[in-house]
Amino acid sequence: MVTEQVKHTSNAARGVGKVTVMDGNKAAAYGALLSRVQVLAAYPITPQTPLVEYLSQFVADGALKADFVEVESEHSSLSVLHGASLAGARTFTATSGQGLALMYEPYNRTPTIRLPIVMGIATRDGISPQCVWGGHQDAINVRDAGWIQLFVEDNQEILDTVIMAYKIAEHPDVLLPVNVCYDGFYLSHMADRVEIPPQEIVDEFLPPYRPTHQILDPDNPMSIDPLTPNELFMEYRYKHLQALQRAKQVIADVDQEFASLFGRGYGGLIEKYRMDDAEIAIVGIGSPVGTARVAVDRARDEGKKIGLVKVRALRPFPREELVEALRNVRSVGVMDKNVCFGWGTGVLFMELRSAMLGVPKPPATVGFIDGLGGSDITMEHYARAIAIVDDSANGLAHQEITWLGLEEE
Amino acid sequence: MKEIRLHGRGGQGAVIASQILVNAFVIEGKYGNSMPFFGFERRGAPLSAFVRFDDRPIREKTQVYSPDCVIVVDPTLRSAVKVFDGLKGERIAVLNDRKAIDQIDLPESMPESVNKVGIVDATKIAIECIGVPITNTSMLGAFAATTGWVKLDSIVRSFELFLNPKLLEGNVKAARAAYEAVQVRELVTL
Repeated sequence: MVTEQVKHTSNAARGVGKVTVMDGNKAAAYGALLSRVQVLAAYPITPQTPLVEYLSQFVADGALKADFVEVESEHSSLSVLHGASLAGARTFTATSGQGLALMYEPYNRTPTIRLPIVMGIATRDGISPQCVWGGHQDAINVRDAGWIQLFVEDNQEILDTVIMAYKIAEHPDVLLPVNVCYDGFYLSHMADRVEIPPQEIVDEFLPPYRPTHQILDPDNPMSIDPLTPNELFMEYRYKHLQALQRAKQVIADVDQEFASLFGRGYGGLIEKYRMDDAEIAIVGIGSPVGTARVAVDRARDEGKKIGLVKVRALRPFPREELVEALRNVRSVGVMDKNVCFGWGTGVLFMELRSAMLGVPKPPATVGFIDGLGGSDITMEHYARAIAIVDDSANGLAHQEITWLGLEEE
Repeated sequence: MKEIRLHGRGGQGAVIASQILVNAFVIEGKYGNSMPFFGFERRGAPLSAFVRFDDRPIREKTQVYSPDCVIVVDPTLRSAVKVFDGLKGERIAVLNDRKAIDQIDLPESMPESVNKVGIVDATKIAIECIGVPITNTSMLGAFAATTGWVKLDSIVRSFELFLNPKLLEGNVKAARAAYEAVQVRELVTL
């Protein structure tokens, strides 16, 4: 399920598209456009706001033949999509921070009624202390509502992952909604070189959505999400969890198929970078992984045998893949752009540590918290993190969790 | 890879200028990206934007702390913000100022931090060409002439992707005028 070589430039002749410059919100909007979504409903919120404007423009220009429902809240935007999805439409929305909080009830219902809705989260920290800036806390806080959550590193990956997300969500083994989580401001407002894949090849990759399961059909009435008692409730939960686990294989397969058509693959659930002979490693998620690649290259130049593992799927959690990727390293540093209040760590740190339970000779795990509330995870912060991981590998004293942004003060 | 930091005030178009610049590099077959410093969005408040370009994909997702070039869109910023901080490499500064290059009172630290300076009265050019003192596009023309890192034509061709069609002609004129008018001097480093 893991590819060692990730191609970042297109070499698949048929799938080569037009190169242009766009921010992350526009990349998400293009992903929805190319996926031929039929119903949109979204409410603007920083830093997702430009995405709503781009989608409105696409519909107004006739580039996107979709119904754009203007709603009065995020609770309504996702609820509108429930109806549309149950009527058989391919649907899209996106939100951030407080918007996601207001969406909490329909958010939890989306996966349990098995709707293949794709929703972007332009991740935002907070909610309080009041903050509009980047951080992964909003998406992280709802990680166990039963959605698939994919985190991406750059604008090209946003566009490509939205398209892949429909293929994953609508797969009969899965039938679950997908969040495409992209860093608020760092990606949502970053202008970047992006290749727009050709529509006809996207069509080939992603055929129209044909629901066979939950459908609102006047000729064939069915009751959706009625009061569900006891054992039936347990059965639904069990099947939902099974589907989320089956999604692991589908995410990996869809990534490979995408790579074969468009020349860009992202490794599926995780991506390994310079891990072949690595003795220590950094594990990261989201846009900070880009900076980590450069930091790892520099540490390699200094003679450190270090690699990087990028987590793309937070849900389902790539437990087996991470254990396999890290089986030969002595120490792992996990970069979290969120906090886990219960453990006083980051969430990715604690989950990676859980994944290592029972593994013979597991690597030491060291945690780093940085990038909260829009603070910058700099190259120097990564260099410091790598030094601490190195200390840990060499049996030297070190803290379990280091708040990199606060250390300098 | 080269790094560029733009300094402006809210409403002067420094962020859009950074995006136009990225597009110009991409037109020339390079990779580039830009992001604004995410502060408080207010008109008149100092802000910065960060651009990187290279022949290879850009992977860094951080602010720019050691630029090869700074572009200072607003003349009053030099006394308010440490605009020359961290300069490296060719150490180029492109400044908006109405003074002639030999009359400009550069900060004392400048000869040590800046190797090459380009000065243009972008405010005057913008008022003449566009009718408003929005100097971002003029400064891009001055940037192209001072650095030689990108063709003026690539910058001008990028305008239509980011600017209101009604303002296109004036901005093209402003960029071309600033390209011609900018005075460039290599400073003697102490």
